[in-house]
Amino acid sequence: MQRFVYINDESCRDSYRDNRVSNTKYTLWNFLPKNLLEQFRRFMNQYFLLIACLQLWPTITPVSPATTWGPLAIIFIVSASKEAWDDYNRYLSDKKVNERRIWVVKDGIRRQIKARGIHVGNIVWLHENDEIPCDLVLIGTSDPQGICYVETAALDGETDLKTRIIPSICADLSSEQLGKIKGVVECPNPDNDIRRFDANMRLFPPIIDNEKCPLTINNTLLQSCYLRYTEWACGVAIYTGNETKSGMSRGTAEPKLTAADSMIDKLTVAIFIFQIAVVLLLGLAGNIWKDSHGCKLWYLMYPAERPWYDFLVIPLRFELLCSIMIPISIKVTLDLAKGVYAKFIDCDDQMFDPETNTPAHSANTAISEDLGQVEYILSDKTGTLTENRMIFRRCYISGVLYGDKTGDALKDARLLNAVSSKDPDVVKFLMVMALCNTVVPIKSNDGTISYKAQSQDEEALVNAASNLNMLLTSKDSSGIAEICFNGSKFYYEVLDVLEFTSDRKRMSIVVKEVKSGKFLLLTKGADEAIFPRSCPGEQTKTYLEAVEMYSHLGLRTLCLGCRDLEEDEYKEWSKKFQDASCSLDNREHKIAEVCNSLEQGIHILGITAIEDRLQDGVPETIKLLRKAGINVWMLTGDKQTTAIQIGLLCNLITPESKGQLLSINGKTEDDILQSLERALTIMKTALERKDLAFVLDGWALEIILKRSLESFTKLAMMSRTAICCRMTPLQKAQLVGILKSSGSLTLAIGDGGNDVRMIQEANVGVGISGREGLQAARAADYSIGKFKFLRRLILVHGRYSYNRTAFISQYSFYKSLLICFIQILFSFSSGLSGTSIFNSISLMAYNVFYTSLPVMTIIFDKDISEATVLRYPQILLYSQAGRLLNRSTFAEWFGRSLYHAFVVFLITINAYADEKSDMEELSMVALSGCIWLQAFVVTLDTNSFTCPQITLIWGNFVAFYMINLILSAVPTLQMHTVMWHLCNQPSYWITMALIVAAGMGPVLALRYLRNVYRPSAIDVLQQIEQTDGHAQAPGNLESSTGTYLDYLLTDLRRNKSSIHQPLLSDSASSR
Amino acid sequence: MPAYSKFTQQELPACKPLLTPEIVIAAFALIGALFVPIGLASLHASRQVVELVHRYDASCVPVDDKVGFIQNSRTDKTCTVTMTVPKYMKSPIHVYYLIDGFYQNHRRYVRSRSDKQLRYKSAAHLTSDCVPEGDTADHAPIVPCGLVAWSLFNDTYTVRVNGVVTQVNKKDIAWKSDKNNKFGKNIYPSNFQKGRLIGGATLNESIPLSEQEDLIVWMRTAALPTFRKLYGRIEKDINANDNVTVVIQNNYNTYSFGGSKALVLSTASWIGGKNNFIGIAYLTIGGLCLSLAMGFLVLYMVKRRYVS
Repeated sequence: MQRFVYINDESCRDSYRDNRVSNTKYTLWNFLPKNLLEQFRRFMNQYFLLIACLQLWPTITPVSPATTWGPLAIIFIVSASKEAWDDYNRYLSDKKVNERRIWVVKDGIRRQIKARGIHVGNIVWLHENDEIPCDLVLIGTSDPQGICYVETAALDGETDLKTRIIPSICADLSSEQLGKIKGVVECPNPDNDIRRFDANMRLFPPIIDNEKCPLTINNTLLQSCYLRYTEWACGVAIYTGNETKSGMSRGTAEPKLTAADSMIDKLTVAIFIFQIAVVLLLGLAGNIWKDSHGCKLWYLMYPAERPWYDFLVIPLRFELLCSIMIPISIKVTLDLAKGVYAKFIDCDDQMFDPETNTPAHSANTAISEDLGQVEYILSDKTGTLTENRMIFRRCYISGVLYGDKTGDALKDARLLNAVSSKDPDVVKFLMVMALCNTVVPIKSNDGTISYKAQSQDEEALVNAASNLNMLLTSKDSSGIAEICFNGSKFYYEVLDVLEFTSDRKRMSIVVKEVKSGKFLLLTKGADEAIFPRSCPGEQTKTYLEAVEMYSHLGLRTLCLGCRDLEEDEYKEWSKKFQDASCSLDNREHKIAEVCNSLEQGIHILGITAIEDRLQDGVPETIKLLRKAGINVWMLTGDKQTTAIQIGLLCNLITPESKGQLLSINGKTEDDILQSLERALTIMKTALERKDLAFVLDGWALEIILKRSLESFTKLAMMSRTAICCRMTPLQKAQLVGILKSSGSLTLAIGDGGNDVRMIQEANVGVGISGREGLQAARAADYSIGKFKFLRRLILVHGRYSYNRTAFISQYSFYKSLLICFIQILFSFSSGLSGTSIFNSISLMAYNVFYTSLPVMTIIFDKDISEATVLRYPQILLYSQAGRLLNRSTFAEWFGRSLYHAFVVFLITINAYADEKSDMEELSMVALSGCIWLQAFVVTLDTNSFTCPQITLIWGNFVAFYMINLILSAVPTLQMHTVMWHLCNQPSYWITMALIVAAGMGPVLALRYLRNVYRPSAIDVLQQIEQTDGHAQAPGNLESSTGTYLDYLLTDLRRNKSSIHQPLLSDSASSR
Repeated sequence: MPAYSKFTQQELPACKPLLTPEIVIAAFALIGALFVPIGLASLHASRQVVELVHRYDASCVPVDDKVGFIQNSRTDKTCTVTMTVPKYMKSPIHVYYLIDGFYQNHRRYVRSRSDKQLRYKSAAHLTSDCVPEGDTADHAPIVPCGLVAWSLFNDTYTVRVNGVVTQVNKKDIAWKSDKNNKFGKNIYPSNFQKGRLIGGATLNESIPLSEQEDLIVWMRTAALPTFRKLYGRIEKDINANDNVTVVIQNNYNTYSFGGSKALVLSTASWIGGKNNFIGIAYLTIGGLCLSLAMGFLVLYMVKRRYVS
């Protein structure tokens, strides 16, 4: 399908949509149906709706339908309001984009309209630094050559500037003509391919050139890019609104489900199955009882003739009675708790970055627990581990190490002297620094020059050269570069650029000195690429030593060189180079060969050393995270050598004696697979003794993914550290995918647009709001200012969130099961007829009010202090392995609720027997028994009591009595005066104390025995905290405690996959 | 910089009690020390209650076809039982009827009533919940409707102490709040027990529901299949070895479902009627707590914790 865009033609403006950008999910009209539909896609909601509908049938409902409809409505309203709020915010940000004022030319007249008013075919006029409002075909720029620069970071994450050129057909149009231009662009229908645009354009009279002109992606300006360093540019709108390339590639991110959530879902399903079994069993028993006993009871007056569905009535009644087994409020409670965790992250002072003034932010409020269970961290390097601020630090020129004393060559007096005395070696060195690159110098209005470069290293070199009085002042499109050295100007004509590739590891340019007409080859590259090509007899040994020394300092080294060319030689070579550049097959290889032929006999000028400083606190953070049992991988687009250096510097890999780096590489595919197998064997045998890590690059990964995914997955699961270099954004995401599919919980952290895919793919995506823009931070679930904040995010916030969610969810099941078990027990003394012991109001209030408030207090709970967690990070293993929320802990809660149900029910029916066995009274006694137990259960499971916790737990307890005393005053209610009666009876209070003692005594005793005689790692730390007070533990005690902890946690580490321990044995140790 | 507060930084001062041996042993010892005396007091109170229970359902029917006997409206169902009071009974002495095996808590039964109808004159027709005892055959509403009211207990007792007729006071046996708020003062029984099947007692149609205390007591349904309901009070002390003779009109049918009936005379204490359960449970739990405390103490002395 094709789209025909008539330029500047109002008659067809309505054939395509306008430029209104819309990211909203709902409109005002479809919000209710669409949101309801969405919510009912959840199984739980469907289930509750079914229950609520069944309750409308009076024959079977044990309690008033309000008990389900009420909470269901509340839950729906809460979720819907949250959705509505989010959508409203999206609407506001869309509105901001849509209301932007944009210049449009219509029939030669420039007007300013709102961005949403742009139609396909309009000519849009942009100024420097404008954001491009829709996809345009460039037709004119302020540049006489017809080029302009765009920054595409928002689209593809690449920060370098891209050049865009006007189609040849528009080359000679004046700006007046541009406003009146008429024509047609034939282009494909909108798609999301940002690298491809195959179209053509024809202009109509008065511009007579009536020929089809092909258009490519280089002739376009795409939405959400920025126009840079170009005074103005104009283009024809071809795709607008959500149909632009960026709009089409904007996917809606799948909502993420945490490991804890999926565990909760599993438990829910288990409870559901259990419930069905109970219902079937009780239903069957009920029907049998009815037929054998019930029919004989004259006072029940069972009719002789019963409807066909009669056998269903009792099972359905039990279904409704047991439906509370699945806590209806669990989702709302958890959502609320998660919202609070997110707020805690947002507000954390210690994760506030004062340098950039950015607080931590959790964009996704739903996945904090996953932070506490992270097993793999996949980190970008540049900008994430490092500051992404390349600084020229040292250099080595003809035997002199500059900057080795001051640490900064630019401040080294010897170098400055050499520059002012025009030492020929130094001058040449600086010239290569200034010229041998693809940097674009940009002169601003006030005369200062700034540089825009594809690589940060080149920028650093050019900046350093300019500081040393070697200024690259301009480069024009005809290839003349102007250099200003100590005030005098030199001109060079750049003839050819021998581009950098990762194979060649070097780049060169051929220049002609305009004054003398001399030809020069200037080269810079990695030492191993340059030294073999140096002219014979060159003393490479000293250079090699310098490189080695710089490498050990973690500096990125480049070797600079040059060679004089004869004119004939160049001419001959140039021809070959042209041929190679135009060849259709195997072009890259041919070019490399031709380049290689020229890059011989290079005279080495010196070595530059550039520093990419590690971010503050990175080595410590990585050490801590590794100690916490998290495997840290580095995924970078950078070169292997640099990556390894950085890895060494930031504690990621251990130096040779203790660690070993397994390199997976090779010339051919088979070589690579072999080295993979070799690495796997070494990994299997030597993992215990040595700190192993593997290194591979993008090419190797590509082959491995194709041919040997299985072995690689094995390797990945074993390897605590890996360095993956030369990764494309897609490959980064693939690696995350591999780890994820093998069941590991991954966290991806990055700062640039190239990390966005991996961030979105990972279970938890963390973005660093860094120098490469906010791309990653926007796509991420969490954004932080610095890498070092990751330790607080994981060890403090993640861990607490997991602990708290584990408690809240299991407690929610516990309290629902408790009330349900009491109902079931009661049904045995009510003829299995499905009578509810509790009245409707109590049931509803129990679920929504009495039991949900005290449990919320746990969001303030801390089992061990932040300082302790950071001192003994290995405790993270406990939550990582899911020790607080799994089948066995759930079985414990299940058992507890069963036991408590028996305690409450048996004590109630025995204490309130005979003349006291009034239905209303007995039900209230049982309910108060549950409330008393709740308060004590929460108290026992709380580790630290703060004011809000104490207030909520016991305030809720008091509120229960207040509410029921007030309800007792309402004459229409069944429980009228019941609570007054009870409160006046001493036997009521005695019964309550009995229930608490019988219910909590065994729990307390078991807990105590376990804490003291089979302590878990957390118990040990709690005891240490208590004995230490706040004083710092002495070193030896700390280390001995660490050893003991490790001992406690070893089983955990080994059996991380098999987390199911026998019932009631929570301790990891096996003495 | 976000505003600093101890709340948002999760730095609220917190108290972190640990389950140390000292605390736990002390807690158990304390619970034990509290529970044993309370248990003794409860048991003592319960023992002070003098209770006479006489089951009469079997002895009051002389024939084998018990169901036929009870369903025949023409047979004389008078029956006399005699009890000897073992201990001095201080007034008020509560007279209860005890029924066993009667499911007042059955779902079909417990919901078969209309609370609105019992309260409001205008709601007499609201009988939809009362099936199958809602309306008469000619669609007139039954007041009070439903199975609960219909099955009202109808045995009567006449008490003689040492041959002297003793008044059983039937006033104020129902909850005051029920009389005032749940049963209307201006609502009179109508169409009650006029159907084909007679359930239990009939009601005097000239007395408003709020004064029909037997009905009110009956309609406060029991939660368990064995229950006692207050019949009346004897407001006279009965001495030890006094003979209590009760003439029973044995009308109520517990025979067809194999239930039992009994007459109970009981005094009351601060804990209520005779109920040893609380006392025994308290003593058991108190004892267990004390022994746990002892056990933990011994264990604590023998086996020290790891972390010192």
